[in-house]
Amino acid sequence: MTSETTAVPPAGSTAAPAAAPAAGAATAAGDQAGRIARRGAARLARAVAARVAAVAVVLFGAATVAFAGLQALPGDPVATLLGPQTTASPAVREQIRDEYGFDRPVVVQYVDYLDDLVHLRLGESYQLRRPVWDLIADQFGPTAQLAFAALGLALVLSVTAAVLTAGRRGVLRSAARAWELAAVSVPGFWLGIALLTVFSFHLRWFPVAGSGGAGTLVLPAVTLALPVSAVLAQVLRESMEAALDEPFALSARARGLSRTAVRIRHVLRHAALPLATLSGWLTGTLLGGTVLVEKVFARPGVGALTLQAVETKDMPVVMGVVLLAALCFAVISQLVDVLYRVADPRLRKG
Amino acid sequence: MAVTALRVPGRSWRLPRPSTALAAVLLVLLLACVLFPGAVAGASPTETDPVNALQGPSAAHWFGTDQLGRDTFARVVHGARPSLLIGLGATAIAVAAGAVVGLAAALGGRVVDAVLMRTADVLMSLPELLLALFIVTVAGQGTVNVMVAVAIAAVPAYARLVRAETMVVRGSGYVEAATVLGLPRFTVVLRHVLPNAVGPLLVLGTVGFGTALINASGLSFLGLGAQPPSPEWGAMLSEGRNFLDTAWWIAVFPGAALTLAVVTVNILGSRARHRLSGRTAR
Repeated sequence: MTSETTAVPPAGSTAAPAAAPAAGAATAAGDQAGRIARRGAARLARAVAARVAAVAVVLFGAATVAFAGLQALPGDPVATLLGPQTTASPAVREQIRDEYGFDRPVVVQYVDYLDDLVHLRLGESYQLRRPVWDLIADQFGPTAQLAFAALGLALVLSVTAAVLTAGRRGVLRSAARAWELAAVSVPGFWLGIALLTVFSFHLRWFPVAGSGGAGTLVLPAVTLALPVSAVLAQVLRESMEAALDEPFALSARARGLSRTAVRIRHVLRHAALPLATLSGWLTGTLLGGTVLVEKVFARPGVGALTLQAVETKDMPVVMGVVLLAALCFAVISQLVDVLYRVADPRLRKG
Repeated sequence: MAVTALRVPGRSWRLPRPSTALAAVLLVLLLACVLFPGAVAGASPTETDPVNALQGPSAAHWFGTDQLGRDTFARVVHGARPSLLIGLGATAIAVAAGAVVGLAAALGGRVVDAVLMRTADVLMSLPELLLALFIVTVAGQGTVNVMVAVAIAAVPAYARLVRAETMVVRGSGYVEAATVLGLPRFTVVLRHVLPNAVGPLLVLGTVGFGTALINASGLSFLGLGAQPPSPEWGAMLSEGRNFLDTAWWIAVFPGAALTLAVVTVNILGSRARHRLSGRTAR
């Protein structure tokens, strides 16, 4: 970020009381320390503001795309709203049109829509007649639980696989590669069905459907995690192999660390950085995957809500979910960017 | 991995890696199913036989029968054509549209570039499947719409690639020479700029074909694409899901076929990538 390198005007310096000359050098030094602290705070505030602005830009773009989609929707929105079996009179239709503002110019509707978004109003579901915000908030818990469980599992699996197989040849590595090829290629919805068949219907280890308790979370989380872990393991292994060739790996080994200790304490940390570039893909895969996984396991959640809305052409709900996905993506990529700077001192200068 | 080189006068042979051999065999099988499904599977994919409904795999019915007594093996074989063609169509549309958008962004001036690429950024911030769901909501359900939705969701990635490749050669000597020689702008783009992107585009397209297969059959599984009487694999999975406790084979075999198809595509994609990056097979 170039703006951070430019000199910061001491915004708070006028507010600081002028020190009495008698106080001497000690006060002057304290004053300077305060100024540096204020300068640091101003810099931090600006960095945060820049990141919030970046998130807002992504949201604005997604809102515009969603609004354009709504405009492209063929047919009369009032007819969609009322559903196929309606006997509403033309007067009632006119009233609805007026209420929702469908009769106003597109530009006015667009500005109104953006204004609603700024005030966190996402509109009301056509079918369920409840605010979209409430619908999503109700369903967010189970989906977040599923996504985080899957993420945790995928990280554990991929780190284990990469640490065990990086830079090695032989059967273990070949087996890991074959496994990864299969896991990358398997469609999540079929994996879920196969797991259900084996572990729920035949072995009866886990419940078939639902969302109560830890038992119901295991199979959906595994379904979502396996393909993700394969991709992560591939990337992690590649960057670990590059890091193992670095001089620091040799010098750590020369200092007497065991092979495994070098891998876990030095190489892994170094190799984890390229993983961060995958965070956008990861967010998308987990969020998109929940739609299918929730369908397979008949779980409630944002994915199930989305599917229902798609089937009934409930546009406000679909638009709300699109905005939610864009928000998750934007926030996570900003967080990862910050973590990146914390983890890698080379990025902090300049 | 040790490579055995067989020397034959005039040319050199290498035994293929096991994964490449596997991909070749699977590819031949898939092509046979797509081109001659009737020859691969003797039974009819639509003929019902209520007396023999829900029978497990046997010598007569390799993959068992479904709730209407239809032969699951025949349905899986006949399902190759609709399943693979949706993915292929979606990929072809996405690659073509991506090439046009990418060229337009790179050559159309600063404003066009900004508008197209910022739109691509926004679309790429959404999960592909969610974007496809959004498009299906707007355009309506059905096989063709699912194909187009999957294609549009994939366009930004191709557009970015073509734009980047075009930027590299835009100011190069041979493009300048072609322009100076008086060739029309369109000809220059088609003959001298676009070929530069063909290699990377084919590699990305192969990987993208696998994703398109998964996404398209996923939408059919959700009930938005091909509908149940069709032996499309995603639709078959959706139907078979209701019989998991009594007849696992209805849902498990079409999914296995889909997985093998994606495995084939992914192996070919990784071979193509290695070849393009100039690395030789180990």
